[in-house]
Amino acid sequence: MSDEAPEELRLADHRFFRDMDPEFLARLTEKAYARTFEAGALIVREGDPADEFLALFSGKVALEIIVPDRPRTTVQTLGPGEVLGWSWLFSPHRWRIDARAVKPTRALGLAAGPLRQLLDDRPADGYRFLHRLLPVIAQRLENTRLQLLDLHGR
Amino acid sequence: MTATPPTAIAPSGELLSVGSRHTLERSDFPRFLAALGTAGYRVVGPIVRDGAIVYGEIHQESDLPIGWTDRQEAGTYRLERRNDDALFGYAVGPQSWKKYLFPSRERLWTAHRTDGSFRVDAEPTDGPAFVFLGVRACELAAIAIQDRVFRSGGDPGYAARRARTLRVAVQCGVAGGTCFCASMGTGPAVGGDHDLALTELLGEGRHRFLVEVGSPAGASVLHSVPLRPASAPDLGAAGAVVARTSASMGRSMDLHQIRDLLVETPEHPRWASVAERCLSCANCTMACPTCFCHSTEEVPDLTGEHVERWRRWDSCFHSAFTELHGSPVRKSTPSRYRQWMTHKLATWYDQFDRSGCVGCGRCITWCPVGIDLTEEVAAIRAMPGVRTAAGGTGG
Amino acid sequence: MGANGEPPGPPGIDRPPGIVPVPFEVRSRTGETADTVTLDLAPRERRGPLSFRPGQFNMLYVYGVGEAAISISGDPAAPDRYLHTVRAAGKVSLALSEAAPGGVVGVRGPYGTGWPVRESAGRDVVLVAGGLGLPPLRPALYEILRERSKYGRVELIYGAKTPKDLVYYAEIQGWRQRSDLRFQTTVDTAGRDWYGDVGLVTARLPDVRIEPANTVAFLCGPEIMMKLTAKALVARGVPADAIWLSMERNMKCAVGLCGHCQFGPSFVCRHGPVFRYREIAPFLAVREV
Repeated sequence: MSDEAPEELRLADHRFFRDMDPEFLARLTEKAYARTFEAGALIVREGDPADEFLALFSGKVALEIIVPDRPRTTVQTLGPGEVLGWSWLFSPHRWRIDARAVKPTRALGLAAGPLRQLLDDRPADGYRFLHRLLPVIAQRLENTRLQLLDLHGR
Repeated sequence: MTATPPTAIAPSGELLSVGSRHTLERSDFPRFLAALGTAGYRVVGPIVRDGAIVYGEIHQESDLPIGWTDRQEAGTYRLERRNDDALFGYAVGPQSWKKYLFPSRERLWTAHRTDGSFRVDAEPTDGPAFVFLGVRACELAAIAIQDRVFRSGGDPGYAARRARTLRVAVQCGVAGGTCFCASMGTGPAVGGDHDLALTELLGEGRHRFLVEVGSPAGASVLHSVPLRPASAPDLGAAGAVVARTSASMGRSMDLHQIRDLLVETPEHPRWASVAERCLSCANCTMACPTCFCHSTEEVPDLTGEHVERWRRWDSCFHSAFTELHGSPVRKSTPSRYRQWMTHKLATWYDQFDRSGCVGCGRCITWCPVGIDLTEEVAAIRAMPGVRTAAGGTGG
Repeated sequence: MGANGEPPGPPGIDRPPGIVPVPFEVRSRTGETADTVTLDLAPRERRGPLSFRPGQFNMLYVYGVGEAAISISGDPAAPDRYLHTVRAAGKVSLALSEAAPGGVVGVRGPYGTGWPVRESAGRDVVLVAGGLGLPPLRPALYEILRERSKYGRVELIYGAKTPKDLVYYAEIQGWRQRSDLRFQTTVDTAGRDWYGDVGLVTARLPDVRIEPANTVAFLCGPEIMMKLTAKALVARGVPADAIWLSMERNMKCAVGLCGHCQFGPSFVCRHGPVFRYREIAPFLAVREV
C-alpha cells in the first residue's frame, strides 16, 4: 500500500477484510463511510465513547498513553492495512487510549452500534470477525510484553 | 648404567621395531625408568598422595603406588592394599594427563606498555618433555580427543607439549567399579596409538612386564633396557589380563543413537530430577579427561607496565560461564547438567566426529552426590517419548 | 613463534588468526547514542590490507582490562581500517567506549562466519535489525548498495528502543532518501517529536512485499526479536534456508576452544555468528541452551 490511496476506498481491499464471506462483506460495505484526518488530529480520546471501528487505508496513526507528569508516549503506530481499536466491541464501549493522526490519514469507518448488531445477528460471521480481531489484540499484547522486557536497551 | 643386558637381545632397531613385543623382568624395571630419564624425559606417573593415586613426578620406582589399588563406586573412592606388589594395580584416579597437556592455569601472553602503545609477547611454547608412565587405554583415547579439540582451535602450546610427550601405556589389570570403557569402545585393551605399552604380569610367581613397542620414539628409549623376546606363555598371560579386566567392567553405556536421543530430549523430566541432586560443583568437569572448557583472565602487575593473559580451566556448571549482558544464559542447574551431558555424549559427535566420553568413570566416582551418567542416559532412554521438535527442521 | 609473534599452528590445519592482540590506533571516536560509540581503528604498523566478511567480528582488547567480541561495522571495501560500534555494557566495552583518539586498542580477528551477501545476488534482500543489530548488518548493506544492480528489491527494517537509541543517525537519513532501498525505522516507544513508526519490527513486515522463492533475509538483534521475525517470514512463505541470523553468546577465545559460546552443537564464534535459521531453529526453541 502506498500513501496515495485510491479515490474510492473499498472495504474489500483492506487486509483486515480480505477474503471475508462476500455476502457478509457486502453487508459491512453498505454500512461503511469514509473518514479523513489531518496530521495532528485527535482521532479518539481516552474515556470517550468508543463508537466506531476504523480501517486505515493511508497515513499513520499513533496510539498514545498519557501519564501525569510525563510527556505523551507513543506505544504503537498503525498504518495502511491496520485497524484501530477494539474498545467499541466490549462494554463499557469507551476508548482506553488516545489515537492521533501523525500524517494525513484516510480510513473507512463502521459505526459501533450497527456493527455489533450485525455481529450479534450473524454469530458465525461474528465469530470469524473476532478471529481476525484477536490477532490484532494478541500482537499488541506481544508488543507491550517486549517493550516491558526492554530488549534493545541491553 | 654401564651393564650390558644379560642374555638380552641386542638392542638393535630391527628387533625393537614397532609392534614387537618383549619381556621386561620386574627386577629390571628400575633400569627401564632410568632409561627414560637418560633419554631426556621427565617421568610423570602414578603416585599416592592425600589418599588417592594422582599423577606426579617419578624419580624412582618407590614413588609408584606399589601394592595399592583403588575401590571406586558412585561418589566413593578408597585406596586399599593389594595382596601383591603390583606397580599398576589400580584403575584411574581423580586426575588425568590433561593436567600436563592442558594445564589448569597457563599463561598465554604478556603485554608490555610501551610509549603510547603496548607490545604483546606470546608465551614461548618450550618446556619439559614428559614421559607419561601408566597411561590407560581410556586415557589414550582421552588424549586423542583433546588432540583433536586443540588442533581444531590451533593451540600452539598444546601442540608443542603434545609433540614432546612420550606415552607409556599400561594395560588395565583391574576394572574400576565405575569403569565403562568397554562399552565406549575405548578399552580396556590399549590399541595402537601409544609409544610403549606395558602389561604387568603377576602370575606364576614371576613378576614381569610385557613391553610392546608402539612407535620409533618408544623404541629409542629401550636400547639400554634388558629385554627378552616375549615367550608364547607371556603373550598368552598378557591377553588373559585384558580379557579378565574387560569381563569385570563395573558399568556400561548403551550408545545406540545416543546423539539423537539426547539432542531430541531437552525437555525430558529427567534433567530436572537429576538437577535436584546436582550441586553444580563442577567436579565432573574437572575430573573429566576430555573437558576442555576454559576461561581467560587479565592479570596486571602492580606497576601497570606489564599485563599477563592467563587461561584457566572453567566449567559449564559455573553460572558466569554463559554470562551475556550481565546474566547467565543457562541460569538453572537442569540446563547446565543438560549442557554438560548432551555436549559430552551427543553434540561432541557434531563437533569432533566422536563421543567426548571415554568411559573412565571419573565423573561418577568424584561426583559428591554420586550422579552416574550411565544411569541418567538409561533413564532417558527408558522414557524417550518425551521428545521435542529439537531434532526436526526449522520453521 | 613466528616472525610477528604469531604462534605457528599445527601443520595441515586452516588455523584461525592468532591468540595475540595486535595494537591498533583509535583514529576517531564518534558518539552514536548516550552509551554507544563508533571507533575507527587503524593498525599501528601496516601489514597489508585488512579484510573481513560482512557479519564477522574482532576481539577488541583494552590494555589491562580485557577482551570483548565486537562485530565489524564498517565497509569491507575500505581495507585500511576497522569500524566497531560499541555499547558500554560491561567492563571491557565501557573501557572501549572511552578509548580516546590517538589511543591504542588491541585487535585480533576477524573471526566467524559472515552474511551470504554475494551468494544472494539476484534475489530480494530483507535486512531486519534490532538495536545494536544494525552495526553487524551495515557491512552487508554497504556491499549490496555498492553492487546494487545485482540485487532485486532491498528492504531494511531497523528497530530501536526509542528514537534516541538509533545509531548512525545521519547516515540513515541518507538511506531514507534512496529510491533503491526501502528503509523503515520503528521504535518501541516515542514522544510526539517522532514521526516514524512505533512498534515491533515484526509489525513492519506486513508492509514488505515478499516473493518467497526469491527472498533472502538477514536478521540481527535480540534473540527473541530474531525468533519472532524468522517465524513471521516463514509464515509468509520464506524458506527457513533463506533466513540467516546472527547469534550472540559469551565469548572468550573466538576460535572454538574455550567452550563458552556453545549453542547446541555449534560454537557461535566459529560456526557462527551468522547461522542459517533452519540449522538453529530447533535450539532457538529450547530454553537455556
